[in-house]
Amino acid sequence: MIGLGQFLEVLIGGLMSGVLYSLVALGFVLIFKASGVFNFAQGAMVLLAGLALVRSLDLLVAWGLPLWVAIILGIGFAAVIMAITAWLIERFVIGPLVNQDALTLFMSTIGVTFILEGAAQMIFGSDAYPLRLFPMDAWFLFEDLFPGGILLNKLDVWGGFIAGILVAGLAIFFERTKTGRALRAVADDHLAAQSVGIPISWIWFVVWLAAGLVALVAATVWGTKLGVQFSITFLALKALPVLIIGGLTSIPGAIVGGFIVGAGEKIAEVFLGSYIGGGIEYWFAYVLALVVLLVRPQGLFGERIIERI
Amino acid sequence: MVRNKLILAAAMLSSAALAAPAAAQNEQFIPILSYRTGAYAVNGVPYANGVADYYNLINERDGGINGVKLLVEECETGYATDKGVECYERLKGKGPTGAAFINPLSTGITFALTEKTTTDKIPIITMGYGRADSKNGAVFAYNFPLLGTYWSAADIAIQHVAKEIGGFDKLKGKKISLLYHDSPYGKEPIPMLQVLAKKYGFEFTPIPVTHPGVEQKSQWLAIRQNRPDYVLVWGWGVMNGTAVKEAAAVAYPRDKMIGVWWSGAEPDVTPAGDQAVGYKSLMLQHGAGKFPVHADIEKYVYARDKGASEPGKVGEVLYNRGMVNAMLGVEAIRKAQEKFGKKPLTGEQVRWGLENLNLSDARIKELGFEGMLKPIRISCSDHEGARDGRVQQWDGKGWKVISDWYTANQSETEPLVEEVSGKYAAEKNVKPRDCSKES
Repeated sequence: MIGLGQFLEVLIGGLMSGVLYSLVALGFVLIFKASGVFNFAQGAMVLLAGLALVRSLDLLVAWGLPLWVAIILGIGFAAVIMAITAWLIERFVIGPLVNQDALTLFMSTIGVTFILEGAAQMIFGSDAYPLRLFPMDAWFLFEDLFPGGILLNKLDVWGGFIAGILVAGLAIFFERTKTGRALRAVADDHLAAQSVGIPISWIWFVVWLAAGLVALVAATVWGTKLGVQFSITFLALKALPVLIIGGLTSIPGAIVGGFIVGAGEKIAEVFLGSYIGGGIEYWFAYVLALVVLLVRPQGLFGERIIERI
Repeated sequence: MVRNKLILAAAMLSSAALAAPAAAQNEQFIPILSYRTGAYAVNGVPYANGVADYYNLINERDGGINGVKLLVEECETGYATDKGVECYERLKGKGPTGAAFINPLSTGITFALTEKTTTDKIPIITMGYGRADSKNGAVFAYNFPLLGTYWSAADIAIQHVAKEIGGFDKLKGKKISLLYHDSPYGKEPIPMLQVLAKKYGFEFTPIPVTHPGVEQKSQWLAIRQNRPDYVLVWGWGVMNGTAVKEAAAVAYPRDKMIGVWWSGAEPDVTPAGDQAVGYKSLMLQHGAGKFPVHADIEKYVYARDKGASEPGKVGEVLYNRGMVNAMLGVEAIRKAQEKFGKKPLTGEQVRWGLENLNLSDARIKELGFEGMLKPIRISCSDHEGARDGRVQQWDGKGWKVISDWYTANQSETEPLVEEVSGKYAAEKNVKPRDCSKES
């Protein structure tokens, strides 16, 4: 017998988990929206940002700096690392491939993934490093109504709060700023954008930097949840169904897609899993994504592209 | 003059070329299947370092095994079964006599290689992991699940639970969940726990976690609702630390969690910080810490700048396990040399050494492992050799041993070993050996 309290707990827990997936998915959306490139390296960028942050933080704390100063400097250092990474990617990978087809650009990001994963671990280490930037305990809500209450992780709430700020910030950036509009123009047509004077190298640097900073934000939350370690790159696989459902070009879509995937997979695992052997949430998210693909190939919030022949 | 120099150089080069294979003829080849990259590298690296350092010690301190140098080559599997099989195929024929044995450090790879290694006559050492039914050496002639199978581990875990709650009779009606890595490794203890649940009357619930185990909210919400008295953890890599953190998030007491010996190393608890305090795990006999053998490692390997690990990590749980594993392989070769001569041996000959390995307390002390291991004696019918374990608990800074020794109860494990290995023999047309005739 499924209690209402249990159902609500699983539903809320799933929605909040979905927001954490969205944090990773946002990086994908950002680059795709602005450059038409599906960035396979987003998971590796989360790892790089997380390692740069946690290792610098450890060092600064060991030097005796107050924790809040160390956190600010550590985040600053990680941001610089992501800026350097963005410049290197634009200069040596994406820049030389201007006007190549999407598949070529996608393949190049696979190469970037391996380089980033290897370089990040070679420079910053390959252990599991603890990171504690947010509270990890939980609230138990409505204890009067449901025995044991409904559990709500504080980390998940922080994740939701941060995702909200990111979405608002990115929406303003894309819609209201000159650079944001230039990014969209470049995504539509590299050559046309260049012909009207948009500096494509600069634009691509900006978009990869933005994706790197989103990766850093995701790393702060996921690093607190898991510890910073190689497995954090697997989050990219959790973000894929989110992207398919929400649409590759929609920032709000990444959030809604996260909600659907998170809630769907958790409800499926807890209430259906035991009937079919368990461990179903991993592929259940992809089943949801397939259903959306069949009905609405561009995703729930994606742009419908009509090409006339 | 120039012509003479050229002739001399050519002569030196050709003599060097001839000398190299001659030197290689007195080397024993041992492949190391390791994973220093990927999702499980956090655990794979210290283990591989322990293995590499011990082989290095044998070469540096002793000049090899009775003068036969060890030639080792690592192959990266990434804990993936396909890559493990590829590594095995690439390395099995190397060296003058082929691979002495193989140690895949993966139950999945073990399942994939069991028939191949039997055909190739290369022993597969799976210390503390692998197929539990391969304890029966009459059927699995080339598998050696030394020191403890997962069925022994499951039995020891339940013994410890029984002790904590005041006796086996108190198990009746209790709820015990198994949070397991959804892979051949994680599934291996399930049949034994089902047998024990039936015998003692506890409610057993297996809960799978998908590879690599970064997301476990569903599982822990289910645990929070079901409120088991104990949660056994059969995890690896990131799954272990995440389990501890999720347990803390749902306020499940860490001291009611008992990990298998692959869920009880430093990387499994340090990412969780204070939240891991109280978490327990089984010990595959040894734990963390330094023993006389470590002094030799530091003197002959690290002082010569040939160590594989960061010096500060020498003596961690998985480093020590890698060392123990390498030592058992080396002693098997040494034993086989007693029969077949002090020369590089084939896998088939090393198999004999493994099957006749008998390490007494005195020999363990001589090897510098006193305090880490109890005596082990392997035979044709018992490829496990020992089935002892203890329980350790994380106090926030290190692992503390909190129990006496347990020995897995063979009256509980043996019927399952006989049943499952018998089915395997029937399915694969394996004629079990008559162990009374083996020597």
